[in-house]
Amino acid sequence: MSTRLAKQGRLIDRNKQIEFTFNGKRMTGYAGDTLASALLANDQMMVGRSFKYHRPRGLVAAGSEEPNALMQLGSGDRYEPNQRATTTELFSGLSAKSQNHWPNLEFDVLAINNKLGRFLTAGFYYKMFMYPRAAWKHVYEPIIRASAGLGKAPDKETKDADTYEHFYFFADVVVVGGGVAGLQAAKAAAASGAKVLVLEQNAYWGGRAPVDGGTIDGEAPEAWIEKTRAELAAMDNVTLRDRCMASGVYDHGYVLGYERLTDHAPGQGGPRHRLWRIRAKQIVTATGAIERPLSFAGNDVPGVMLAASMRDYVVNWGVTPGRKVVVATNNDDAYRTALVLHEAGCDVVRILDARNNGGGDLMEEARQKGIRVECGRAIAKVSGGKRVKKVAICAQNGTGGAQEEIEADAVAMSGGWSPVVHLWSHCGGKLNWDDAQAHFRPDAARPPLGDNGKGFVVAAGSADGEMALGPVLVNASAAGSKAAEDAGFPAKTVAAAAGVDSVEAPMEAVWLMPAQADIGLRMKSWLDYQNDVKVSDVQLAAREGYESVEHTKRYTTLGMATDQGKLSNINGLAILADSLNSEIPQVGTTTFRPPYHPISMGVIGGEARGDIFQPVRKTPMYEWNDTNGADWEPVGHWRRPFAYVNKGESVHDAVNREVKNTRENLGLLDASTLGKLVVKGPDAGRFLDMMYTNMMSTLKIGKCRYGLMCSENGFLMDDGVVARIDEDTWLCHTTTGGAESIHGHMEEWLQTEWWDWKVYVANVTEQFAQIAVVGPNARKVLEKLNTAAGGGMDLSKEALPFMEWRDGKIGGYDARAYRISFSGELSYEIAVPASQGLAFWNAIMEAGKEFGVMPYGTETLHILRAEKGFIMIGDETDGTVIPQDLNLQWALSKKKEDYLGKRAHLRSHMADPDRWKLVGLETVDGSVLPDGAYALGEGINANGQKNVIGRVTSTYFSATLDRGIAMGLVKHGPDRMGEVITFPGTDGKTYEAKIVDPVFYDKDGEKQNV
Amino acid sequence: MLILECPYCGVKAEETELHAGGEAHLKRFGPGSTDGEFHDYLFMRENPKGVHFERWRHANGCGKWFHAARCTMTLEVFGTYSAQTFEPPQEIRDAITAKRPGWTWRDLK
Amino acid sequence: MKRYSVFAVAREALRYHTGWERAWRSPEPKRHYDVIIVGAGGHGLATAYYLGKNFGITNVAIIEKGWLGGGNTGRNTTIIRSNYLQDPSAAIYEKARSLYETMSQDLNYNVMFSPRGVLMLAQTQHEIRGYKRTAHANALQGVETEFVSPERVKEIVPIINLHGPRYPVLGALWQERGGTARHDAVAWGYARACSDMGMDIIQQCEVQGVRVVNGRVAGVDTTKGPIDCDKLGMVVAGNASVLADQAGFRLPMESVALQAMVSEPIKPCMDVVVMANTVHGYMSQSDKGEMVIGGGTDGFNNYTQRGSFHHIEETVRALNETFPMVSRLKMLRQWGGIVDVTGDRSPIISKTPVGNTFVNCGWGTGGFKSIPGSGWAMAELMATGHSPLTEEFSINRFQEGKFIDESVAAGVAH
Repeated sequence: MSTRLAKQGRLIDRNKQIEFTFNGKRMTGYAGDTLASALLANDQMMVGRSFKYHRPRGLVAAGSEEPNALMQLGSGDRYEPNQRATTTELFSGLSAKSQNHWPNLEFDVLAINNKLGRFLTAGFYYKMFMYPRAAWKHVYEPIIRASAGLGKAPDKETKDADTYEHFYFFADVVVVGGGVAGLQAAKAAAASGAKVLVLEQNAYWGGRAPVDGGTIDGEAPEAWIEKTRAELAAMDNVTLRDRCMASGVYDHGYVLGYERLTDHAPGQGGPRHRLWRIRAKQIVTATGAIERPLSFAGNDVPGVMLAASMRDYVVNWGVTPGRKVVVATNNDDAYRTALVLHEAGCDVVRILDARNNGGGDLMEEARQKGIRVECGRAIAKVSGGKRVKKVAICAQNGTGGAQEEIEADAVAMSGGWSPVVHLWSHCGGKLNWDDAQAHFRPDAARPPLGDNGKGFVVAAGSADGEMALGPVLVNASAAGSKAAEDAGFPAKTVAAAAGVDSVEAPMEAVWLMPAQADIGLRMKSWLDYQNDVKVSDVQLAAREGYESVEHTKRYTTLGMATDQGKLSNINGLAILADSLNSEIPQVGTTTFRPPYHPISMGVIGGEARGDIFQPVRKTPMYEWNDTNGADWEPVGHWRRPFAYVNKGESVHDAVNREVKNTRENLGLLDASTLGKLVVKGPDAGRFLDMMYTNMMSTLKIGKCRYGLMCSENGFLMDDGVVARIDEDTWLCHTTTGGAESIHGHMEEWLQTEWWDWKVYVANVTEQFAQIAVVGPNARKVLEKLNTAAGGGMDLSKEALPFMEWRDGKIGGYDARAYRISFSGELSYEIAVPASQGLAFWNAIMEAGKEFGVMPYGTETLHILRAEKGFIMIGDETDGTVIPQDLNLQWALSKKKEDYLGKRAHLRSHMADPDRWKLVGLETVDGSVLPDGAYALGEGINANGQKNVIGRVTSTYFSATLDRGIAMGLVKHGPDRMGEVITFPGTDGKTYEAKIVDPVFYDKDGEKQNV
Repeated sequence: MLILECPYCGVKAEETELHAGGEAHLKRFGPGSTDGEFHDYLFMRENPKGVHFERWRHANGCGKWFHAARCTMTLEVFGTYSAQTFEPPQEIRDAITAKRPGWTWRDLK
Repeated sequence: MKRYSVFAVAREALRYHTGWERAWRSPEPKRHYDVIIVGAGGHGLATAYYLGKNFGITNVAIIEKGWLGGGNTGRNTTIIRSNYLQDPSAAIYEKARSLYETMSQDLNYNVMFSPRGVLMLAQTQHEIRGYKRTAHANALQGVETEFVSPERVKEIVPIINLHGPRYPVLGALWQERGGTARHDAVAWGYARACSDMGMDIIQQCEVQGVRVVNGRVAGVDTTKGPIDCDKLGMVVAGNASVLADQAGFRLPMESVALQAMVSEPIKPCMDVVVMANTVHGYMSQSDKGEMVIGGGTDGFNNYTQRGSFHHIEETVRALNETFPMVSRLKMLRQWGGIVDVTGDRSPIISKTPVGNTFVNCGWGTGGFKSIPGSGWAMAELMATGHSPLTEEFSINRFQEGKFIDESVAAGVAH
């Protein structure tokens, strides 16, 4: 049984007991425990079920490589599935539930899949579930989906109760990993004066060294670690962060750090996770190495554990997964586990060393302590179901005929070590196969390349393939110096600390145990514990032609589980290479992708959620609008009132009221969002003649002109009124959405094509509040304001005619008044400094009471313009429409040799007389045409689609005319006035509409001219 | 996550400050050009695996457009330079030659 | 070819699966083929398959420089839909969607086509109008779509937050017959069927030159030697520029990075595909339980199959906002692909200036969903010289100004 030991446990505080629950059962642990060590201390061997066969699963590892111990933690808005027990620090009140079983962990109905394992082999689902066709959707897929997945999804109404934040950091050298290699590398790099950031994923420093033993500079590793950490912490140019994992390396030295601030203390306040967005000149990956499992039958039975992880549990947390342990290995390191277990009072019943000649000093030490060591021997099979009961032993060089069966309650296995090369590889660092150590290690000659074409990642210590303490420190020191030097800091010589460790005999690659295991054993030899991929699955994939490593991965799902193959990839590769009679380096690895370890979606999103998901741009009248019934509509980053809804009124009613009131009395529109670009300079006129299709250079000072802008590709992109301010200044109005993009468009042409032209463009959109004062009473209200202020700008028809503008005072406010109209009514668009916008708005509202003033929103704006047949960018245009389609030929200057779009319009399709053209549409029965409806033509096209001859671009109920009105593009439309065409709706109805002139209201334009 | 040095403000700008603007050194064809010339100008972009010249704007910085010479296979940046040139300056071309001997791009070598 | 079935699996189980034959052969190239397809991705394999199935042309080689299905076929977010606005797009994507419906049975390979429905959210007035327009167009194109209310959206996707403070959900375009499929299986299924028809799939073989004699293609030079052909199909996505260059013509196309990611797997919580274009993110749940998430493209030419992290941030923010429970999940893996985009972001399926040479590229972000339709149409074009499905997708459209622009209906083309 697994249990807490009387001694050991350097990370736990036995004076602080912590209560927690697992599957509702109350348990206790100590401060410093991980959830994993605490579960073991409570003899909880079984911690979950596998993905496919729902087999019992126990802890295999002690760190982030753990594939099995995934838990559902927390509840309500803090519930989260798939949390690793090994990386979860124990806290008081922690509530964990195991996953992927029903009704419970001990008895799981879907464990039937395990009995069917022989059928459910790699890729079985590609070969069946095809008949009858409908069954996939209705029967098979729902069953497969329900049995797959791991943890339960959070509740559908979950609103994450935690907060997250982003943090920026710039470093000369980022050292990833706070083990002895990372600390040594940081020390070397920091000595040069470089700004160094060290990231350690655990809550403690030093990595494996305190567990593995040996001496550093003559002391126990722990002493050196603490001394070095303190030295670094005292340096001004060094930042240390624990509980912070480097999750990914991206191009040009971008590193992401994932700091877990409160996972170990939920509810303590502050953000839960912090995402570090780091720019580093150089990165040292001192990320250590991960032990590989051995592939023998039953290597997934709870109680079978990586040897070094078992050692971690004993030394760090004072727990052992078993009292009678069998150790199986192909290298010397596992002997350390045997010795530690022995020291802790456990019975190491056998060490099975697959090497014929066994190991070095450590083997001798084990033998001296009376531990029975057998060389050239292997595990044939582990049996026991939900926990290890028996181990069958055989010769490594054989088919697995068991020669002996012994009782045991745990197995420690070691198949050798693989450097953690993920971060090295994320941006294209290449690997070499090291045959002696049977692993891939970074090729220093082919590092990931930065913006200068030089390497920006240096691997250090075990992550670089060094496995003994002495060489690790030497390697790490050199790596730190090199990184600092490559970051531009001349290296200071720093002597590496002297690490002394046992002398080890060479390891021997063992990819299958025993080497010629028969099919019965291979079908029980797990490679990927979580996804249930076995040796036989990889062999099957190879046999079926899925020979590329990517094919095998995808066909078998090897390495695609939530541990991303940290334990399984190399073992799987080796089996594949063997099946193909190829070599491991020829088969190659799959691609390493970020993150190294899963990171929360919450932290990726950061602070931007809810109200601050995206910034809201607000006009000066925003608050007034908000408190006066605005039904908001997002337009770009702005919010504009769609309508101002009174109490008891529907939005539709409000719109109709606003339309009628504006036509009959007085309406106010907050038009501040309209783009305002000042274009100034000796060549400004010439420049605007290129930007606009019509002539702007000839515009007289004081006058306004409606202008169209096309892209170089000929399509209409924006429109608006241009005012000539003075000899070399124009003010260009753009659409609300167009202000930034048109400004950018102008800058692009100015800077990259006509850079010798003397023009300056400034976007002054937010500098002005703009109010459209619209309706028969518009002049009256403004004159009243002037009267009250004791004078002001002359707003008479004669002094300020239609399509002109003036600067002056209105009601005492600095104002620029444009006599322009997008509604067909008498209209002044008045710009005042943004800071005075609200006061001016309030002044008009107050003065306008007697004239029936009401604000109106964007929908009324749309209806008013549609009644007048004015086009709207985004409605009549969609990026495929040219001015000719909208009968705007009059705005295409014939005098100008060139403007953007002119050449494009000459192409055959743009000159095609069959292009759809703008017309008005009136339903025969007065109803409103559906938005976006298409007009039916005759017959079908070659692809069987019904032919169409036009479409609705804008459609509204006109309160003014008390009927539906619409605009549309129709083939040969202007030549077909009076013809009735048919629009099939999606509501089952068919709409008949007559083609009419698009100007529905005040056809002669008299009202705007008064 | 690219870094490009803005040749105007001298800042090492990061990608979130920048706006990519497509191929550099396009020659504009307007009225009077053939359909073929106009088509090539608008659409026939270089799509090399290797050395590429492109336009960027320091959009969330100084607002200036500039040119960059970059490798599309490794993302190595050979240099950035003014947008107000018809072709890459000699020092940029030399820098590329030093790293990618024998490079070609459109008519450039 | 031995048929796949539950009985075959049972039979093989009894003998430890030792009797399965190779899904496809790995032959050495012959000297001459009637047709060479360059590119053994989904589109190339589908083209070959329909050349054989519909036109009896089986003396075909499919040449692949890497491993089959290893490009964008194996790294997309597997969405299948045909709710496109423009007639030519709707035609070819609907053809593809309908072929997906029977693909598992046609190929005797379970590609797990899952017609679970695709929902495109409208979060602005502009999007509402755009999607209503699409729904009207689709009705006449024979594509079943419907504009649905926010309440219906919540019924279809219980985990959605309709009332986000910034962009509330105002409705959605719903294509009930859209869905997803297992992307690798599509390539593998076609490869197995092509191989079974006697076609040669030649992997790890790179084309280094295209031989043109008197303006017509004569063959290709490869790392496995010269191979002659009567007709050549270039179906190599982002590498089309390079191949076209070898044949002596150019393509209006650029290659940029597109990224995607998956969460850790969880039990079923979302049965449909949801796309939220205003906030830039889309998501579905795979049969394995992972939330499959995609976002936007980078703006610069890039062949690294890596993208920039700020796009991932933008996408995740959008999904945290649209589906707040996502915030409590974890990102398991992110990756990038190279997408080839044309001047109007619609594909090119066309004859070329070189005789008997055809090109199929530029699918941008819409490649996976179109695979069978694209292959069907490309095969027809190559076999007969004409296909109504490809008519509008010719190279010439750029010169004529006759674009196929799908961005107009407030939609993105994923």
